[in-house]
Amino acid sequence: MVRSHTVTGGAAAASRSALDEATLLVADPHRSPAGLGAHAQRAMTLCRPGVLSVAEVAYHLRLPGAVVKMIVAGLVHSGHLSARAPYTPAAGRHDLDFLQQVLDALHKL
Amino acid sequence: MPYTNSDRYVPAAARPVKIVVLGPFAVGKTTFIGTVSEIRPMHTEERLTQAGQLVDDLDDLRGKSTTTVAMDFGRLTLTPDIVLYLFGAPGQTRFSGMARCLMEGALGGLVLADTRRLDQSFPAIDLLEQAGLPYTVAINHFAGAPLHREAELREALALPGDRALVSLDARELGSAKQGLIALVTAIITQSRLEPAR
Repeated sequence: MVRSHTVTGGAAAASRSALDEATLLVADPHRSPAGLGAHAQRAMTLCRPGVLSVAEVAYHLRLPGAVVKMIVAGLVHSGHLSARAPYTPAAGRHDLDFLQQVLDALHKL
Repeated sequence: MPYTNSDRYVPAAARPVKIVVLGPFAVGKTTFIGTVSEIRPMHTEERLTQAGQLVDDLDDLRGKSTTTVAMDFGRLTLTPDIVLYLFGAPGQTRFSGMARCLMEGALGGLVLADTRRLDQSFPAIDLLEQAGLPYTVAINHFAGAPLHREAELREALALPGDRALVSLDARELGSAKQGLIALVTAIITQSRLEPAR
């Protein structure tokens, strides 16, 4: 039996709430995965070649989303990954230029 | 669509946009996501306690009575700067905890409805109303299902006149995307009408 604190490197709780299933993860190529736990190493192996969402990492690692959020939160805390949260309106105001780009791209599909 | 390892990743500078797809069992959520997604639709297993709450702590995964529910999702790269993520969640009341979690961080919601059982889409509409999240209702038309005039559908769904309502075929991209277009158009229109907060 392994305590969750150990699995995630102990840093999960504080930053976990900011992670969304659609949050994109960007690996720092200069950070070595040496010394990370097994799940964290697998997550880094997956994320180093390119950008993926939390949900995709969960799918590829065959782990529940809630577990992956904890592992990823630890990796964000340690600087191995940076997180790019999904678009939301800032202070209740939408970025209309951005939404128009979304709409134009949908029309072109 | 074919899925190869080379298109596993999204453009490095992309900003994610999240949309939730809600509706009752077998209304076409998975079909919709599969049609729109550029990757083979994926699902992850989420564990729910019997209270319907998403478990978000490893400690909670042990020893407690939980049920497992699959969450579908798909991805669509719109431009090098924008990638859309679609998440499908069961709309039944007993999964409302999961749907609430998924609505966090979403731009809006698409509610799929079947004219033979419109009432089964009510819980999804209620959840989005409660969350204050913009949403659009899309009738996924099934062969043999009755066709109704829009006014009748609006009345049956108790949908305000300014709330978008579209009909689509979840199996075809050109039709399915109309649901997303209606949702984003409604958000832009509403945002232009609202004074700065």
